[in-house]
Amino acid sequence: MDYVPALARWLHFMAGVMWIGLLYYFNFVQVAALKAAAADGTAAGITKHVAPRALLFFRWAAVVTWLAGATLLSDKFVDAFTLRHGMAGIGVGAWLGTIMLFNVWVLIWPNQQKILGLKPATDEEKNAARRVAFLASRANVALSIPMLFFMAGGWSHRALFGL
Amino acid sequence: MKNPLDSLWGTIISGLVLTVILYFVVKSILG
Repeated sequence: MDYVPALARWLHFMAGVMWIGLLYYFNFVQVAALKAAAADGTAAGITKHVAPRALLFFRWAAVVTWLAGATLLSDKFVDAFTLRHGMAGIGVGAWLGTIMLFNVWVLIWPNQQKILGLKPATDEEKNAARRVAFLASRANVALSIPMLFFMAGGWSHRALFGL
Repeated sequence: MKNPLDSLWGTIISGLVLTVILYFVVKSILG
């Protein structure tokens, strides 16, 4: 048994479950919950105590997932990202995951810092930040659907082992 | 036109459509 790929795959799955699980929590649960909570004045409970913790695990799980995935690709990393030598399936999955990681760190997290008051921002900046973070998060939900299809499709196994 | 990402169903349908498109792209690359 080759321990490095086995451990990398295990870690990739666990961190990926946390990342995408929290992404789905934000989009399927928290967005609607915040709207209802704002109506009865209890939104602070979520924005102050839940969202910052969820975002902490969310953004670092994204990094761990990507690094474990890169470790797993190993010497096939370039083939995957250039969609060559039978690695196009997992390569598209890897590209989608990479775009999603970019969205987390460049679009979602900096804007969430403004929304949650962790970074100073005017009301106008907060409103703009809310829209950008929302759309980036929703884009990641949409991208997660093909990403998981290509990650789970087994093309990498076929390319590597001729299955 | 409304942004499909504004609704959860629009987001899911967008993801499914993208999956089908990328499937055919990958299929053509793999031959």
